Amino acid sequence: MAQSKKTAGFFDIRNVIGALMAVYGVILILMGIFADKEGSKTGDVNANLWAGIVLLIVGIIFLAWAWIRPVVVDEEVVAEARAEDDHHDVR
Amino acid sequence: MAAAPVVALASDTLIDAHAVDYLLIAIYFAFVLGIGVLASRRVSDSVDFFLSGRSLPAWVTGLAFISANLGAVEIMGMSANGAQFGLPSVHYFWIGAIPAMLFLGVVMMPFYYGSKVRSVPEFMRRRFGPGAHLVNALSFAIAQLLIAGINLYLLGSIVHALLGWPLWIALIVAAAIVLSYITLGGLRAAIYNEVLQFFVIVASLAPLTLLGLHRIGGWSGLEDKIRSAASAHPGDIAPASQQLNSWPGDALTGFSSSFLSVVGIVFGLGFVLSFGYWTTNFVEVQRAMASDSISSARKTPIIGSFPKMFIPFITIVPGMIAAVLVKEIADVKAGGSVPGGASGKGVAFNDALIYLMRDVLPNGLLGLAITGLLAAFMAGMAANISAFNTVLSYDLVQTYVIKDREDSWYLRIGRWATVAATVIAIFTAGLASNFSNIMNYLQTLFGFFNAPLFATFILGMFWKRMTATAGWVGLVAGTLSAVTVAFLSEDAFGSASLGVLNLSGQGASFVAASTAFVVDIVLSVIVSYATRPKTHEELVGLVYSETPREDLVDAAEATYPWYRRTVPLACVSLVLVIILNFLF
Repeated sequence: MAQSKKTAGFFDIRNVIGALMAVYGVILILMGIFADKEGSKTGDVNANLWAGIVLLIVGIIFLAWAWIRPVVVDEEVVAEARAEDDHHDVR
Repeated sequence: MAAAPVVALASDTLIDAHAVDYLLIAIYFAFVLGIGVLASRRVSDSVDFFLSGRSLPAWVTGLAFISANLGAVEIMGMSANGAQFGLPSVHYFWIGAIPAMLFLGVVMMPFYYGSKVRSVPEFMRRRFGPGAHLVNALSFAIAQLLIAGINLYLLGSIVHALLGWPLWIALIVAAAIVLSYITLGGLRAAIYNEVLQFFVIVASLAPLTLLGLHRIGGWSGLEDKIRSAASAHPGDIAPASQQLNSWPGDALTGFSSSFLSVVGIVFGLGFVLSFGYWTTNFVEVQRAMASDSISSARKTPIIGSFPKMFIPFITIVPGMIAAVLVKEIADVKAGGSVPGGASGKGVAFNDALIYLMRDVLPNGLLGLAITGLLAAFMAGMAANISAFNTVLSYDLVQTYVIKDREDSWYLRIGRWATVAATVIAIFTAGLASNFSNIMNYLQTLFGFFNAPLFATFILGMFWKRMTATAGWVGLVAGTLSAVTVAFLSEDAFGSASLGVLNLSGQGASFVAASTAFVVDIVLSVIVSYATRPKTHEELVGLVYSETPREDLVDAAEATYPWYRRTVPLACVSLVLVIILNFLF
């Protein structure tokens, strides 16, 4: 039980999504600013920059959501789930 | 750093990826494998391994539910379909998925969750006994291997497009990647990865669609281009009116009569194929089983239905754009043949998305898009293989071959099954590579496997008189009749079809599926009246009328606000999808 409480933070999917989106966002923004805009492909839109900005915002929203409302590990539910699993295993 | 191509072969590869694109791919895999390693430390027994505990909120399982299906079917199949047929492809979503997903959540899920079965064959065994169970477990295992082959083929074609390696080397490399993904991850990680993958795919396909539309002059520009392409090649390209309106979809079904086309879409696709796929496909159902309550399990497919109804806009629409913006795809659509393509055997509709990415996305976004595709096919194949190994180790080996070993022994069998399935998938990928539009192949397979299963399932669930013998007789006869129709059609089996029946395109698979359904139901009813039914006690929890009502609902759900309850959410989804049908 103690273990699941400790690892809940790592496993909060919102942190994982948020981190990945934010990292991608930053890379694309940098590409949008410094790299070739490749206007002939995109029809003269700075696609990397705009997509990067949106991704960064989405990433920050997910990280904020996880930070403001962290997952509360309900010990009772964990114990119940473990017991149920154990029961299933006996078969 | 982005200016210099890192791959020496870049000049003769289909996609010219730069260092930054590989960086984005590498970051994704670092995340995915990182979660896998962390998650696997907690895997202690086989229940953990296969069902991942029942601890995830409904929005996570809902997205995983969609994501598990967002592989070959949606991305490549639907963009190929969009390129070839245009808007009628949306039927696969609005007719062919949403109603069935809502039905799964509202009606079927309580049975699955309540009976705690680990697979659909297990449900069959408890309802009908060993005959139907054995037939179903075998056909399910074969179906998963064939579908894993489709995912692997698409994965291999991306590797080929990126690096220019011959397809067979690309397939082996792709198989090795999937195998390590499964080995390192386990299903607990898979569910998380699927959610992650959903966001990556949306983040890459949405810009692709928007940029494509921008290049072509918006929606009206797309319509104009499709009209002029259709009038320039009247023999080869379906009339623009059929490509730009979802109904009646004559070009999609290949039926000459609009009335029959609508019947085919509604009954064949909308009822038999889609209900068969969504309600009995354990690759999907397993996602919902991992949720934290019966209420979350029921809401899983319903929450999934909301993103699902908008996915056509980022899969079918890019396909349609590719068919007029990308020269190679436009040539193929006009009846020409163009060498090259992701398979190396010539450009096909399957390649629509890859070519559009090449023409529209700048490096950076290109890497994101490649990541999304790699992730989708990898996860799709991993899901097929994990479903295969559950069925093989528990439903086949434990039930019929070696019965009394401890859990760890079956877990080990499951691991070997994973390796074997991956190797077999390399060969089934070869089969898949013979189809120019992967959707035709996929729908044909669903007709064989899912349509009769759905018939037996639904009859057994609502009709307590149905007997054990009727269970397996119906399944066998249903599958055989679908195979027969496919052989007699013009092209459902590719060149192996005989062409006796005047059916082609995806209409042939709709007819095959409908035939399987009807044959299965009729035979099941006849056989049931000739054999002895099971007793009331044996059917509790398995047949609707024999199950106490309170077992099927979550007592706590009545206290939730409306937007967290199953049925109101389902109604909202249904209304939205009806509106979409009127709009397009």
